Amino acid sequence: MTDPNRERYRIRETAFYLFTQQSLPACKPVLTPGWVITIFLFMGLIFIPVGLVTLRASHSVVEIVDRYDIECVPESSRIDKISYIQDDSIPKNCSRFMKVRKYMKAPINIYYQLDNYYQNHRRYVKSRSDKQLLHGRKYHDTSSCQPVELNNGQPIVPCGLIAWSLFNDSFTFIRERAELKVNRKNIAWKSDRDHKFGKNVHPFSFQNGTLIGGGKLYPKIPLSDQEDLIVWMRTSALPSFRKLYGRIEEDLDVDDVIVVNLMNNYNTYSFGGKKKLVLSTSSWLGGKNNFLGHACIIVGCSSLVLAIVFTLLHLKYRR
Amino acid sequence: MVGARRRKQHFSRIHAFSCGKASFRGDHSLIGGPGFSRVVYCNDPECFEASLHNYNDNYVRSTKYTLATFFPKSLFEQFRRAANFYFLICAVLAFTPLSPYSAVSNILPLVVVIGATMGKEAVEDWRRKKQDIEVNNREVKMHQGDGVFEHTKWMDLKVGDIVKVEKDEFFPADLILLSSSYEEAICYVETMNLDGETNLKLKQASDVTSSLHEDSSFQNFKAVIRCEDPNANLYSFVGSLELGDEQHPLSPQQLLLRDSKLRNTDYIFGVVIFTGRDTKVIQNSTEPPSKRSKVEKRMDKIVYFLFAVLVVLSIIGSIFFGIETREDLENGVMTRWYLRPDETTIYYDPKRAAVAAILQFLTALMLYSYLIPISLYVSIEIVKVLQSIFINQDLHMYYEEADKPARARTSNLNEELGQVDTILSDKTGTLTCNSMEFIKCSIAGTSYGHGITEVERALAWRKGSPLAQEVAVVEGQVKEENKEEKPAVKGFNFVDERIMNGNWPNEPHDDVIQKFLRLLAICHTAIPEVDEETGRISYEAESPDEAAFVVAAKELGFEFYERTQTSISLYEFNLSGKKVKRSYDLLNILEFSSSRKRMSVIVRNEEGKLLLLCKGADSVMFERLAKNGQEFAEQTKEHIEEYADAGLRTLVLAYREIDEEEYVKFNEEFTEAKNVVSADREEMIEEVAEKIERDLILLGATAVEDKLQNGVPECIDKLAQAGIKIWVLTGDKMETAINIGFACSLLRQGMKQVVINSETPENKALEKSGDKTAAAAACKASVIQQIAEGKQLLASSNENSEALALIVDGKSLTHALEDDVKDSFLELAIGCASVICCRSSPKQKALVTRLVKTKTGSTTLAIGDGANDVGMLQEADIGVGISGVEGMQAVMSSDIAIAQFRYLERLLLVHGHWCYRRISSMICYFFYKNIAFGFTIFFFEIYASFSGQAVYNDWFLSLYNVFFTSLPVIALGVFDQDVSSRLCLKFPLLYQEGIQNVLFSWLRILAWAFNGVLSATIIFFFCIRAMQHQAFRKGGEVAGLEVLGATMYTCVVWVVNCQMALSITYFTYIQHLFIWGGIILWYIFLMAYGAMDPNISTTAYKVFIEACAPAGSFWLLTLLVLVTSLLPYFAYSAIQIRFFPMYHQMIQWIRSDGQSDDPEYCHIVRQRSLRHTTVGYTARFEAKSRSSEERGEGHR
Repeated sequence: MTDPNRERYRIRETAFYLFTQQSLPACKPVLTPGWVITIFLFMGLIFIPVGLVTLRASHSVVEIVDRYDIECVPESSRIDKISYIQDDSIPKNCSRFMKVRKYMKAPINIYYQLDNYYQNHRRYVKSRSDKQLLHGRKYHDTSSCQPVELNNGQPIVPCGLIAWSLFNDSFTFIRERAELKVNRKNIAWKSDRDHKFGKNVHPFSFQNGTLIGGGKLYPKIPLSDQEDLIVWMRTSALPSFRKLYGRIEEDLDVDDVIVVNLMNNYNTYSFGGKKKLVLSTSSWLGGKNNFLGHACIIVGCSSLVLAIVFTLLHLKYRR
Repeated sequence: MVGARRRKQHFSRIHAFSCGKASFRGDHSLIGGPGFSRVVYCNDPECFEASLHNYNDNYVRSTKYTLATFFPKSLFEQFRRAANFYFLICAVLAFTPLSPYSAVSNILPLVVVIGATMGKEAVEDWRRKKQDIEVNNREVKMHQGDGVFEHTKWMDLKVGDIVKVEKDEFFPADLILLSSSYEEAICYVETMNLDGETNLKLKQASDVTSSLHEDSSFQNFKAVIRCEDPNANLYSFVGSLELGDEQHPLSPQQLLLRDSKLRNTDYIFGVVIFTGRDTKVIQNSTEPPSKRSKVEKRMDKIVYFLFAVLVVLSIIGSIFFGIETREDLENGVMTRWYLRPDETTIYYDPKRAAVAAILQFLTALMLYSYLIPISLYVSIEIVKVLQSIFINQDLHMYYEEADKPARARTSNLNEELGQVDTILSDKTGTLTCNSMEFIKCSIAGTSYGHGITEVERALAWRKGSPLAQEVAVVEGQVKEENKEEKPAVKGFNFVDERIMNGNWPNEPHDDVIQKFLRLLAICHTAIPEVDEETGRISYEAESPDEAAFVVAAKELGFEFYERTQTSISLYEFNLSGKKVKRSYDLLNILEFSSSRKRMSVIVRNEEGKLLLLCKGADSVMFERLAKNGQEFAEQTKEHIEEYADAGLRTLVLAYREIDEEEYVKFNEEFTEAKNVVSADREEMIEEVAEKIERDLILLGATAVEDKLQNGVPECIDKLAQAGIKIWVLTGDKMETAINIGFACSLLRQGMKQVVINSETPENKALEKSGDKTAAAAACKASVIQQIAEGKQLLASSNENSEALALIVDGKSLTHALEDDVKDSFLELAIGCASVICCRSSPKQKALVTRLVKTKTGSTTLAIGDGANDVGMLQEADIGVGISGVEGMQAVMSSDIAIAQFRYLERLLLVHGHWCYRRISSMICYFFYKNIAFGFTIFFFEIYASFSGQAVYNDWFLSLYNVFFTSLPVIALGVFDQDVSSRLCLKFPLLYQEGIQNVLFSWLRILAWAFNGVLSATIIFFFCIRAMQHQAFRKGGEVAGLEVLGATMYTCVVWVVNCQMALSITYFTYIQHLFIWGGIILWYIFLMAYGAMDPNISTTAYKVFIEACAPAGSFWLLTLLVLVTSLLPYFAYSAIQIRFFPMYHQMIQWIRSDGQSDDPEYCHIVRQRSLRHTTVGYTARFEAKSRSSEERGEGHR
């Protein structure tokens, strides 16, 4: 046995001994007043600036929200919006005006927002077939898609409630008579496009049943390119949610007025849901939300207050 | 043949304990009847008749399971637990559409948990199996026919086989003794494994078979034994031996029991009658009572509480779900049309909303099952096993001399060790070594021996000598010990040059000294064992006292070296100092019994004189002295009192010469009395013996010390400082007990002693008059009165804070334990600082233990070493066995075995405290982490119309308990230390945290539960507010269900792991590894799982790589949630530690301030004691300093 070996053996022995005798070297921190005050101060000093930065990011985002679900129903039909929306013979187009209050730098994200819509309902979430989305009609076991599984014995592709209830309002944007170019590509996650929705899977017998749910798909385009569907099929976490519709790739100036021509097809009236159209720029933190910033500042401030209170108490009551 | 026969009779005369001739009277008429149907064909087990009976084979199985029954049986055991059964139901339901998650993900944790527990069971059973294999494959010589004996495995023995067992071998089955290497066909048996008694028992074969000494004599041996059926009674046996046409009775005298050992006999022949499960020892083995700790019992309640929470949450959820589902169809019009309520299954049917709600209730029960910590039980079991390994490994509790480490035999009770309120201790062998040392003697009115006993040392202190003097005494003792480089003879600690080294013939009364020493060498039942190599002689004695006497005689020149059945041989010094050989014909032995309190032998010396040599307790001996034999009575009495005061056990020695006539008469009567087969045989023998044991001539008295074990007073002092009450339950007499009490500081001067005693003259008189009921009634009345008086004293002493000691004798205890008295007795006993029960029987020990346990509800620990402590050990909450000299019986029935009493200090104050702390914080933390997790799931349901959709991916859910959060908890349970072992021992009061259960009070548990809810609230609402509906990253993407789930889960993992880091104050590498490793593991898992095929990873596919990791808000949110969740706890504990520190926190302060070695500072902390200690030498010292202070003030 060579010397280093023996040395290593000895160290191992000692470590084992210390282990069995429960006397391993250990760090034993005690919450001394010094540490407590330092930690509180440190947290305060970290979180207040972070909160301010976060708030700034949030404030830098320009967001225009327009609720259109009521306005886009003719006055005469507003008593019974449900029969209005369900009546296919009535044209559903509608125009909205949005005024830009602050300069918006491209890309400007277009979202539609739905409220009181339970995309996270268990029945709804489960009602899809990932394998069918990827492999198409070759995949037969689509029982999870009930009740939107078969149509006259023909499998529906894509099956399930989620696809069936696809959002189908559409928007065009006009600024000063010129149509704004809306890029509707790249609105879905890349992983979804590449790995979850088949490139050779085409819609089949979709929305052919007695009850038409939401939007239709282009039968000739493979699912992996139907990004509206892909976005829609990432179910939302909360009953109030936005989904990306597209991006305007031009800057919008202050006081620009944008005319939105939309097709108000989607039925949220049955369950009293709202529909909103949102234009928003994004910062490094995403969209406009002051919560993070406020929370950071509050936590930071309360840490500072605690530090002060603790210091005072500590000085007043000597041990 | 005639001669041999006579000798045998002669022999049975010597041993009073061999119960005469078995006869066909009485029970033997039952043979062949029901319960007595066994027929054994000796030496012919294969014969046709024998095969009809089909008795058990000799394979002994102690395992719980076999290969075939393992799975069904252990699974059944597992699912008997309510929590496991619930998870089983969940697992079954997971295959139905009710399930909110996939079946596989749900079953995996259950499989892991159940598998781990079953694995543990299997390992334990495998150990037992190995032991079984070892036992069953032991070999014994068995008759193969034609007089040839060959080695055979134990398990192959059959009923009727003839075996030959050799010296120091165990008997392989229950045997009938046929013959032995001795002419008289006797053998000595050690039954330590059966009853814990170390003395040898004598067995003797029936006359008809006793001549079969040779292997070859069994060639044609044929006999039939008819006997009773297998039963558990060790001390009775009825049977008959049919040899040819004759029938011979068999009694327990011929029965050799399995697991006992052949001693002092070269070999025996025996026939197997009971095998395997039929043997008495196995019939006797009962399952030890399974004990559960209080913490665990409370834990069950918490689990039930969580179940209640679970059900309430599920009911709330299902009600809301029912309402919302009903509203999905309003007058036949769909509201939430995207759910297709018109074409739905029963689970979501608005038309049958009530049914849907009930089914949803089941779903919710499964979904919120994460409130119940599935891995709690298995984690606790793992932790406890590891804790017991630490206890076993502790070198501070390893007794090097006997190579005995501490052994936790059950791991169930580790934390209970931290909550012991009362210790009930045996005395002999527990507080004392049970190695008797001959230390003093009084011969012819002169006291010999300079040794100083522990008690004397204590007494010196008691008499008011200050501390310095004590030290001097101790040092003196040490010097003395160093000076005499003795070859350490066990049992002999006698120093007196006057009679040592053959100097005794120069003393006055040298003839008395000679007689005295001779008596010591003859009057006993010990057996010498000569070491063949060295020629040294050691003695096998019934009790250590006896051995001490023989050793003392040997050391002083009267070496007993041989015992045959009829004679005793000695080397002795004669008066001129020459060594001569003498042998004495042994005629009779009058056995010791507790009622006689003396033993005698009758011998004939070489001159033909008949001598009766007698030794016994002073109370019975002095009244038997002859008028002319009291020459030294006064001085001897004085000496005896002195010795008793010094804590020694004394015996009085006396002798008498008998004339031939008297002896013949006596012998006749005695033989007759012994051959009587009736209940009053004992009495008759006693009566006969009484007649001859009179007119004795006093020689002197002996004093042996029952030495206190090392470190006992220190240990008791520490335990007392820790606030543990110590009761001593002993079989010894009151004086000895009180002396030992003083020696180990349980009693001290100035302590008022309440003595409850029934040995009053009136009671004795009543008893003598024969009216037993009246005597009992009077006795009881006096006990009640004494208790009442004691209570008055207690009330008055409470005012001036004096400590009381209660001393009860056995008879009073019987009355005090009666139903109507016991409450007031207990009240008195609890009020007293120390309690000593003397003369208590094993049953009384158990009863006292039960009384304390049930009436006060506090945790009791019983500690003992002998078979007489077994009841007490099993009755107490924790039984600690001392693996000392008195056999293994106590250890076998104990929960934890240690080698020395002093290890109790470390066992309780260090391991007990740690284990209690670990287990209780571990359970609290378990509930915290599961509540924190479970409530986030519940909160999400509020936003998902209670539909049962989980916010997390299935595998996140199922791996939470077994993967990301389990290891830190186990590390907490195994390694955490609030205070190092050194400080644990330095501040014994820390132990009060366990007794008062401050770490596992309901308040604390609820506070942790509240903390869990608080964390869940912060995590959930921060996450949903921060990831509301806006884009959560630069690219403008919004957070879907999967992103929110992954983010929240990340927050939960961070928060619960950091909460753990925050709440412990002890970090080794292991803690760091497990806590931070748990968090890192989560990220690794998230990446690995996300990289799998989307079919497997489903919603977690690339969620971290693609969506979360690049988003600044994800990281910021994690940090914010983490800090905010921990802030309340941090602020609380900062303030609590600073302004309202618990005791262990105070000690942590001291340590971190580096003041733990500052005696004054430590004293101040000690002064913060919750109550002042009342026993132990510290208390004694304090009492003394207090009183001297008072005196000082009085002077001023």
